[in-house]
Amino acid sequence: MKISQDEIKKIAFLSRLEVKENNMANIEKELSDILTYVAELNELDLDGVEPMAHAVPLHNVFREDEEKPSLAHDLALSNAPEAEDGYFKVPRVVQE
Amino acid sequence: MSSKYETVIGLEVHTELKTKTKIFCGCTTEFGGDQNTHVCPVCLGLPGAMPVLNKKVVEYAIKVGLALNCDILQFNKFDRKNYYYPDLPKNYQTSQYDLPICLNGYLDIEVDGQTKRIGITRIHMEEDAGKLVHSGNTISDSNSSNVDYNRTGVPLLEIVSEPDLRSGAEAKAYVEKLRSILQYLEVSDGRMEEGSLRCDANVSVRLRGATEFGTRTETKNVNSLTGIQKAIEYEALRQAQLIEDGGTVCQETRTWDDAQGITLAMRKKDSEDDYRYFPEPDLVPIVITEEEINDARANLPELPDAKIARFISEYGLSTADSTILTASRKTADYLDAAVKAGADAKTVSNWMLGDLSKMINENGLTFGESKVSPENLASMIALIDKGTISGKIAKKVIVSMWESGKDADTIVKEEGLVQITDTGAIEEIVKQVIANNPQPVADFKGGNGKAIGFLVGQVMKESKGRANPGMVNELLQKFLND
Amino acid sequence: MATIHELHTQLVNKNISAVELTQAVIAHKAKVEPIVHAYLSDSHESALATAKAVDEAIAKGETISPLAGIPGAIKDNICIKDEPATCASRMLEHFIPPYNASVIEQLQNQHFVNLGKLNMDEFAMGGSTENSALAKTANPWNTDCVPGGSSGGSAAAVSSGSAIWALGSDTGGSIRQPASFCGVVGLKPTYGNVSRYGLIAFASSLDQIGPLTRDVTDAALVLNAISGHDPKDSTSIPGNRVDYTTALVNDVKNLKIGVPKEFFGDGLSADVRKAMDEAIETYKKLGAEIVEVSLPNSKYALSAYYIIALAEASSNLARYDGVSYGMRVAADNLVEMSTKTRTEGFGPEVQRRILLGTYVLSSGYYDAYYLKALKVRRLIKNEFDEAFSKVDLLLSPTAPNTAYKFGEKVNDPLAMYLEDICTVPANLAGIPGISIPAGMSSNNLPIGLQLLGPAMGEETLLRAAFTFEQARPDCQLVAPTGEVSL
Repeated sequence: MKISQDEIKKIAFLSRLEVKENNMANIEKELSDILTYVAELNELDLDGVEPMAHAVPLHNVFREDEEKPSLAHDLALSNAPEAEDGYFKVPRVVQE
Repeated sequence: MSSKYETVIGLEVHTELKTKTKIFCGCTTEFGGDQNTHVCPVCLGLPGAMPVLNKKVVEYAIKVGLALNCDILQFNKFDRKNYYYPDLPKNYQTSQYDLPICLNGYLDIEVDGQTKRIGITRIHMEEDAGKLVHSGNTISDSNSSNVDYNRTGVPLLEIVSEPDLRSGAEAKAYVEKLRSILQYLEVSDGRMEEGSLRCDANVSVRLRGATEFGTRTETKNVNSLTGIQKAIEYEALRQAQLIEDGGTVCQETRTWDDAQGITLAMRKKDSEDDYRYFPEPDLVPIVITEEEINDARANLPELPDAKIARFISEYGLSTADSTILTASRKTADYLDAAVKAGADAKTVSNWMLGDLSKMINENGLTFGESKVSPENLASMIALIDKGTISGKIAKKVIVSMWESGKDADTIVKEEGLVQITDTGAIEEIVKQVIANNPQPVADFKGGNGKAIGFLVGQVMKESKGRANPGMVNELLQKFLND
Repeated sequence: MATIHELHTQLVNKNISAVELTQAVIAHKAKVEPIVHAYLSDSHESALATAKAVDEAIAKGETISPLAGIPGAIKDNICIKDEPATCASRMLEHFIPPYNASVIEQLQNQHFVNLGKLNMDEFAMGGSTENSALAKTANPWNTDCVPGGSSGGSAAAVSSGSAIWALGSDTGGSIRQPASFCGVVGLKPTYGNVSRYGLIAFASSLDQIGPLTRDVTDAALVLNAISGHDPKDSTSIPGNRVDYTTALVNDVKNLKIGVPKEFFGDGLSADVRKAMDEAIETYKKLGAEIVEVSLPNSKYALSAYYIIALAEASSNLARYDGVSYGMRVAADNLVEMSTKTRTEGFGPEVQRRILLGTYVLSSGYYDAYYLKALKVRRLIKNEFDEAFSKVDLLLSPTAPNTAYKFGEKVNDPLAMYLEDICTVPANLAGIPGISIPAGMSSNNLPIGLQLLGPAMGEETLLRAAFTFEQARPDCQLVAPTGEVSL
């Protein structure tokens, strides 16, 4: 299963990662090797098999609608790379 | 052009649920705290923190689903919707994808006296995002933005309609009805201005008679009922014009600019919309039994349609009045409470639609917040019925009741408003009025029957409105005809 | 050999104080750390403060819990309030969690003495700890070799004596494999037996916290302290837990142990095979019944595992975007800021896994990869269920090979992934597994024996592991630097 460089660019954008041009061929090979390996699952007939998303078959785990203390304001912002007036500050949202 | 094209609309309505706490953590959902004070490791998406589902959210979702005639999925689950945006701390929204809690419902709306059934595709539970405050006037002229996560994790229901709506007016009626039901169920405030009810409109146009859908756009940021209608009407016209001019509609997200009354392109639908949904591994599925569904159904409150029917059949009200009086549950409850306190429904309805509505509107309140309680209104009506006060005096009494919060009895006694029914006392005034108004008396005697109205008015004025109008009329007739 | 249970006796008998013990381990740590580099941060001050409190309790004649005053250390992906939690990543190098993981709350209730946070593969992605962006941890048995991973710091610390016990996390073998490489005991509990709240997620449906210790008794003691239902973790198994020390019974006579032939494939080294044959012989002699079993779908476990783990990881790691915590690389606009932050903040293996995880979930590929993997996961789970209807436990090597040299596999990610072949099936099925020392290779590196049990079958695992340990003192070796002088 070979992944194309266009697909790599697309998933890199979706992942907010940059694949440098000089690394593209390398990534292309690594990802393709792994995808080729895992393509062995195609050997199996999986019709009618129920997908298993959880390791333990639990259901209906709820909490009551009861208020718990929130974080102290300074603690909530303590890891902020940039804060302003009690807000987390980010650069412009729209790209030029 | 409007006759040549047909508009096709599907609505996605997001409603915040009024639970005490957020969907996956114990932070309060209260509106308006200082920025980033209603947050914890879970709703901030801190590494290692894990969600636990608020039971109330499921209860509310089931209620809404049943009220909208949906199937409740007895096995439903949460999924992650992956996309990057700074108001989404984990960069995925915990939502429901292929197995939402409700499917296949409908809502009947009234437009121009016609009932129309609008399909509900699905209802799912999800978490709200945070709020961005931009440094400039708009997002595009801002160099930076500030993020407040207080709203992050407030529970939302997304209610998705089938593309069954055909006009802005229908869309407005649909949202109005939906909002009323949500309020009846007491699961949401439904305040569009505060963003607790939000609406995205998928709009396309096609030649009348065509069976294929046209390319649709999604218009966001509509935050009023009239805005919904206007945005859809604008967007339909824009698309039709575009096609007429030989262009094609582009599948895109647009935003409604209420001030300018236009929709503006926001972004194209493209690879950004690859949300990579997959089952949320940190939450387990929800299993709902038949019994729980039946219990929830049995405990649903009476909904607007049923209430209208009852107001017509039981109270003898008109369809128009019943519709107005059931638009909000608080209003309908007020009527029921006053009737329960012994008043005649039609009389209560007249007061509610007249003097009381006026005072409530002037004060920006609702019937739920009325300063005249339904019981006090009923006892005031009883005073009229007993003849203790006249209808005219009652109009003064209700104002005093509103201002003082006292009941009608107290006010009538304190202000000496008890109706004069003593024949002797009224006779005195009648004689005096006849003596002081020779011209109208002469007119009456000369065959102008209308002149008596003026004389009645004079007697009422002299008695400060307290004389029993029936007796005044009777005595005037008696003396004038003597 | 200094174990939790022996040191506890010494504390209770007042042969040594908790402060003296803590000081002795800190002193030993100072000697071995320059060579081993198991730690990313220290908390000696608070360790000594806790030790002092334990001594006061002992002086007052109070009963102390089994872990009280015994110095341990924590893998750096488990949150301790006001201490760093870096995940060995530049992304979180300066991140200080404002809250405690549930296991930390439980341990603090037991007055545990925490010496610091331990190195690991970045975000627990790797099998050698070479993917740490912050330190290079060596195998105490041979410092040219890797300690295994991703809990390499935890295994190396326990092996080298710089901690008496440690917590690790296991997503596809990350406790068991480094335990095997470093000659210590590593237990991956049943999924849901130990709370994940506060464990920085790699793959949420597979991750599980567990102990790395010097013997099986210690593993039971630490499991006692950290297991239990946690309302903050929706995937936590409800109900009370047993006292796992009651399972430490020196007897396997009525046990049926299955040997899955698929776990003894071509990649198995001769030394490991020999150690396994000897282990099987040992169990036979002790009276256990050994039967060969077949788990044919386990051959697909690795593929299913990587698809599921990477898909979940791509989503779990999306939050590291420079917005509200962690590293930020400044840029003019948001997309660029997040992209630069992630590209500079994550190492190559993490980026590779995020790209792959994004790919297998992306539109057009979900059914071909992710959905198939979930179905294979079901097949594997069913196969284990069937096996455990016939046998009590399964026995296999923990890893096909012993610890390898630094750099040997780092440039071949697929070869590195293949090393996880024996450990990943347990994570897919959610079942418990333990790795215990089972001898040494010809080049003097430890070999690990893996036992797998049915869900919540930790007691049987511990019993069989304990019995083996009692029968084979020849396997209980201490690394050259590992003896702490008290």
